[in-house]
Amino acid sequence: MALSFELLQEAVLFGVLLGCFYAAVSIGLSVSFGLLDVPHVAHPAIMVLGAYCTHLLGRYGWDPIAAGVALMPLFFILGVGIYRFYYETFEKRGSDAGVRGLAFFFGVAFIIEVGLILAFGVDQRMVEADYIGRSLAIGSFRLPWRMLVAFGVALTLTAALTLYLSHTFTGRAIKAVAQDEPALRLMGANPVRIKQWAFGIATAVTALAGAMLIIVGPVEPSLDRVYIGRTFCVVVLAGLGSMTGTLAAGLILGISESIVLMTFGASWAPAVAFGLLLVVLGIRPQGLFGR
Amino acid sequence: MSGPLLRVEGVTKYFGGFTALAGVSLDIAQGERFGLIGPNGSGKTTLINCISGSLRNDGGSIAFDGKEISGLPAYRRTRLGIARSFQIPRPFGSMSVLENLQVPLEYVVHRGALHTADTRGEAMQILETMGLADKAATPANGLTQVQLRKLELARAMASRPRLLISDEAMAGLSSSEVEEVIAILGRLNDTGIAIIMIEHIMRAVMRFSQRVICLDAGNIICEGPPEAIVKDSMVQKAYLGA
Amino acid sequence: MIPRNARFWTGAAAVIVLAVIVSLSRANEYFFFAGFVVLQSVVLATAWNILGGYAGYVNFGTAAFFGIGAYMAVVVINATGAPLAVQILAGAAVSGLLGLGTGLLTMRLRGIFFSIATVAIIFIAETLITNWRYVGGATGIQLLRPPLMEPFGSYTRMLFVVMAVLAVIAVSIARYIETSWIGRGLQAIRDTEEAAECSGVPTLKLKLFACTVSGALMGAAGAPLPMYLSFLEPASSFSLNYSVAALAGAIIGGTSHWLGPVIGAILLASVQQIVTVTIPGEINVLVVGVLLVVFVVAAPDGVLGLLRKLRGKLRRPRAPAESPS
Repeated sequence: MALSFELLQEAVLFGVLLGCFYAAVSIGLSVSFGLLDVPHVAHPAIMVLGAYCTHLLGRYGWDPIAAGVALMPLFFILGVGIYRFYYETFEKRGSDAGVRGLAFFFGVAFIIEVGLILAFGVDQRMVEADYIGRSLAIGSFRLPWRMLVAFGVALTLTAALTLYLSHTFTGRAIKAVAQDEPALRLMGANPVRIKQWAFGIATAVTALAGAMLIIVGPVEPSLDRVYIGRTFCVVVLAGLGSMTGTLAAGLILGISESIVLMTFGASWAPAVAFGLLLVVLGIRPQGLFGR
Repeated sequence: MSGPLLRVEGVTKYFGGFTALAGVSLDIAQGERFGLIGPNGSGKTTLINCISGSLRNDGGSIAFDGKEISGLPAYRRTRLGIARSFQIPRPFGSMSVLENLQVPLEYVVHRGALHTADTRGEAMQILETMGLADKAATPANGLTQVQLRKLELARAMASRPRLLISDEAMAGLSSSEVEEVIAILGRLNDTGIAIIMIEHIMRAVMRFSQRVICLDAGNIICEGPPEAIVKDSMVQKAYLGA
Repeated sequence: MIPRNARFWTGAAAVIVLAVIVSLSRANEYFFFAGFVVLQSVVLATAWNILGGYAGYVNFGTAAFFGIGAYMAVVVINATGAPLAVQILAGAAVSGLLGLGTGLLTMRLRGIFFSIATVAIIFIAETLITNWRYVGGATGIQLLRPPLMEPFGSYTRMLFVVMAVLAVIAVSIARYIETSWIGRGLQAIRDTEEAAECSGVPTLKLKLFACTVSGALMGAAGAPLPMYLSFLEPASSFSLNYSVAALAGAIIGGTSHWLGPVIGAILLASVQQIVTVTIPGEINVLVVGVLLVVFVVAAPDGVLGLLRKLRGKLRRPRAPAESPS
């Protein structure tokens, strides 16, 4: 399966676009799991939910990106609610939060998935926009516009969240809560409220990620399953909670997947993220850019 | 046996670029009462983690009863006769106090064919010497701080050790409770068990120990009988930061 | 101790005898079709509980072990045409090895990291099978059922009895582990791994043992699947639904006692079967998720925990609750 230089170039170029997209769909998890330590296995399911909401708004003529942005406040409230509930039922009671918290989020993911099947059926859904279905030709390469749009939004989103976490007071408080909760308490801040806020932001960002998901390709309710691998792969590879690491890890995954896709075919691609995840967990669980 | 019970020689431990232990050597004799002191972050807990096997030392050797143990997993060291208590109590929370003791009894003392009834009696005996007998049926996560400290020691005792490492078993206890724990450790020592006591409460260490070592920044800065340690200027400097 | 043991083995024998008698009766064929699924989920929940309930390692990968068990049976059928018993043994052996491998790979991982790694095992196993032509690849493989074995009137009836035997074996193994020193060691690992190790518990060996046994039982549960469906394809064999059902069965029933997963799995699978018959569509799958979340939030000790509380209240209306021993 020799790969010509031309094809490799194309694979890498496509991989970079894909990688930025993977970083953007993982960045919410990077906050909720990476920084807040919540075993949020329902993250990909919430993203798929966002994609379906975008699809729904698309039926009324909304542009997918506008729909994604409009969904953010709603998902913010959803996120605050989820964290509040998780905190009251599991985190506060302490012991055994691990097993039960995991089972809880696993169950929530399952409910969202089946709920989507009940509401929309198992068929694939998509959205329409001017930039979907057309390509940009650069030299001999043809880059689909939908990937370029997702790439642009992904970069903006990642940059905005990185700046927010490092340059605003609340952002720094979120990072502080991840590192030293007692210290924050001593400073008079309420860690639970900060975490609640952070989880809200993570969920809002996931709504926009969902909009990008359906721009990049058609979605189906069970799509969250393969994204468990992709998002956790990126977040673990990045080193928990590192935003720039998330971007780098997304690129690594995107390029590897794109190369495997072109050499071995589509049926092997889903295993790339999971394989990479297993390798990272087995060899260096603290990630490449870990604390 | 003529050699020391425990011989630690040139043990080093690094965390990334940080040197936690910079070549520590010490001998502990059979049945000795040994005090280990030092300011926070001086490497006390790292040292006993290396001895008990919770951490692997990067360099140097640790020999127990003349046998090199630094490559062994923690459970093998416990079976050889090294027991420890944890600074922050780590009970088996879902078990009763009695069952907590049955774990080491079944995994260290009566390995292989065994009957549950036997270890119950033995566990009960240990609880009696610790003054925990009336709590035997209580779930371990329902105990008070003192009771948890005693449970830590009782569980360590249930593995029938020859060396007991007590990691700050008295932190946060009232002075009468401290007396109680010292008395318990004294009684254990009377049965021939060597004890390493790690403690911040100077009064307790000085009264209990026959010999004391002071660690600072991963180095032994002073060794000797308690009276000498108190007067040592290095120790005073390390503690008071003069 | 002895009367309790005797009671258990009498009950176990009774279950098998009952299964045989029912299978020889004139009961409706659908009963065996559904009963097979219920018993299969008993095996899966029981197997899950050995690692997840006793040792506290949440395994999302049930589908991988189950699917590999099913596909090993296909390999055996394709290669040798050996009978069902051999297929089950092969499925158990390979899934047991997969469990051991998973344990070795993930031995340093705890909590969510372990769980996510087990999700990865499913997808990697599924991808390998999808790309393996010998067992049918992505499109699946059609299988011919061998001629009937006397005295069973239909193949499904025989499989029902086989699954009943597997369920009894799985529960016996789980019960043995729970009541022996191994069970106490796993419980110690679940409570605090470091203290367990320092109390002489060989934590790594015990975890590997639990991974292997749990994986082998899941593989055994999967092995009769090809003959039950007379068709096998990767997407549904490695469906995450098996993972959710196994975990939900154990948690809904209660994880601290071998009876918990049995009660939970029977309850859950029966409700699902009833819902499937009465309401078409995916509602039956939704039931699993909803019940799981409700129990995890409101009754963390499962049905067994609720029963225990109820019994405590009936016995001594006002006195403080005593610990169950």
